[in-house]
Amino acid sequence: MNGKLRQFVIGITAAAALACAGASRATGITGAGATFPYPIYAKWAEAYKAQTGIGMNYQSIGSGGGIKQITAKTVDFGASDMPLKPEELDRNGLMQFPTVIGGVVPVVNIKDIGAGQLKLDGATLANIYLGKITKWNDPALVALNKDLKLPADNITVVHRSDGSGTTFIFTNYLSKVSAEWKSTVGESTAVSWKAGIGGKGNEGVAANVQRMKNTIGYVEYAYALQNKMNAVQMKNRDGQFVKPEDSSFRAAAAGAQWDKAPGFYKILTDEAGKGSWPISGATFVLMHKVQEKPATGKEVLKFFDWTYDKGGKLASDLDYVPLPENVVKLIRAAWKAQIKDATGKALVQ
Amino acid sequence: MFLREASLKRHTVLDLLFRNLTRVSAFGVLVLLAAIIGSLVVGSMPTIHAFGFGFLTSSDWDPVNDKFGALIPIVGTLVTSAIALLIAIPVSFGIAIFLTELSPRILRRPLGVAIELLAGIPSIIYGMWGLFVFAPLFAEHVEPWLSDHIGAMPYVGPFFSGPPMGIGMLAAGIILAIMVIPFIASVMRDVFEVVPTLLKESAYGLGATTWEVMWKVVLPYTKVGVAGGIMLGLGRALGETMAVTFVIGNAHELSKSLLMPGNSIASALANEFTEAYGELYTSALIELGLILFFITFVVLSLARYMLFKLGQREGQVS
Repeated sequence: MNGKLRQFVIGITAAAALACAGASRATGITGAGATFPYPIYAKWAEAYKAQTGIGMNYQSIGSGGGIKQITAKTVDFGASDMPLKPEELDRNGLMQFPTVIGGVVPVVNIKDIGAGQLKLDGATLANIYLGKITKWNDPALVALNKDLKLPADNITVVHRSDGSGTTFIFTNYLSKVSAEWKSTVGESTAVSWKAGIGGKGNEGVAANVQRMKNTIGYVEYAYALQNKMNAVQMKNRDGQFVKPEDSSFRAAAAGAQWDKAPGFYKILTDEAGKGSWPISGATFVLMHKVQEKPATGKEVLKFFDWTYDKGGKLASDLDYVPLPENVVKLIRAAWKAQIKDATGKALVQ
Repeated sequence: MFLREASLKRHTVLDLLFRNLTRVSAFGVLVLLAAIIGSLVVGSMPTIHAFGFGFLTSSDWDPVNDKFGALIPIVGTLVTSAIALLIAIPVSFGIAIFLTELSPRILRRPLGVAIELLAGIPSIIYGMWGLFVFAPLFAEHVEPWLSDHIGAMPYVGPFFSGPPMGIGMLAAGIILAIMVIPFIASVMRDVFEVVPTLLKESAYGLGATTWEVMWKVVLPYTKVGVAGGIMLGLGRALGETMAVTFVIGNAHELSKSLLMPGNSIASALANEFTEAYGELYTSALIELGLILFFITFVVLSLARYMLFKLGQREGQVS
């Protein structure tokens, strides 16, 4: 009995010791923040671990939480859908870079209007969300959709009730195309809405739009696509009507002048280019410029370096749009120039 | 002799240990409570400094310009909870009467278990059911009738007018009612069951109807327990988060009509906390939490006080 007990104890101790050793060997990297890129970060982490054995643990707690955690240095990188302004970055000793591109799509549910038929421009969309256009047969809407028979019903506006990067991109676009929106509402992850009801998350907005007639809402592109929602066509900066699709997001990303945006502060809304979708945006990663643990910092950069090289296919599979080659080049240059260890030596040569 | 002394001594030590252990647990609750209040107060300092008491009466909620006010969520929380209790109390009373007095013996147990099961359903399920099943039916069949018939009446009309959206303050109140009914009903049933049969039989013997027995004998005998059940329900209604978030419409808008969307404290917190960025925004949300804490505290104290007063008056009458 006693012998057996002793064996048992030894066995347990050995197992525990092994487990500890295992845990300390596989110190992965940790990140926290935005929910929008969570699916692709998780997918990348899985593939990266399979290849290199190094894990990446990402907690999708929201952009606000991500910014707080990276500022407090409890994680190795933070993630935010809303880029920080260059002065905010400087204040906290942070640098940021984009990882993937997504887009926001206005979706509607109107009687007898088929998928992708309704056409909108920025000013009209802003006026609908300002509560100034209240009927679907408003002259402004009729002028844009001469071939459609729009009902004389009230428009029910649906927006996000939770703070969200999707809302940030959407309101950033409306601020660019409507002076009144800019002065009365503005842009942020949550704003003071002038009309409509709020749904929690993409699914909350989608549920309200699909369930009620004569509604308009906005959701992430991937969400609209996967749930086969009735997306509208938007008139872009060049005056063309475009549909939300992979190519139109790529066009928006390609047209943007990232090299002229200090700190990668660039929101891909209302971008020039014939085929570009006007409501696109990248999601960002935040890191400290001075890495106290250079080894971990190096692993973070290696991970994202790998995603730019090998992660594009996985991103496309999940309906995200990979960054164009020239932007990746700029990001790698920024890493080299800005991320250093405590002695001032660059982490990547 | 020696052995016995030793064991006695051991018992005293154990006793002392046990007593202190329970004491620590009990005071631990107090410490926890104080710590929560403390951190809420500290967290809401920035908004208290910025807005003062104006925070309570302002209907602003503008994260872009850092202007915050708690009026809309406070009103939403109180109104939805009031609607919930208005519906839940009579229904629960009926359930409890049926289960203790009228139901055939064979039905009592299954019905009782069913009610307790309802209490165990996670609130998000109620929310999703509310949004996907209840709201469309409500919008199609109930709200048009409400706004056509009651909406045209004087005085109460403005409370029931507006487009039929299926979600809003009234819908949230009804979902909350469904959620708190199991709590109130099962407490009521439990306390009704402890009423001595002798009392009830005497009343029946004097020719009282079931209603008279319930209203004049059972209810006065159990009023403390009944009030406790209602408070339990109210506590849940005030703090309910997910279910309300789904059906209240989440609009920072003050509207007279119960058919229009509104917001409650708990759902505002659930919606906005994760993405709140900036000191004032976070602080405004924390102060909302503090206010909810305060409201719950006041409501519970009022209920206690009411019961205390009732008890005093009773002494004088008899």
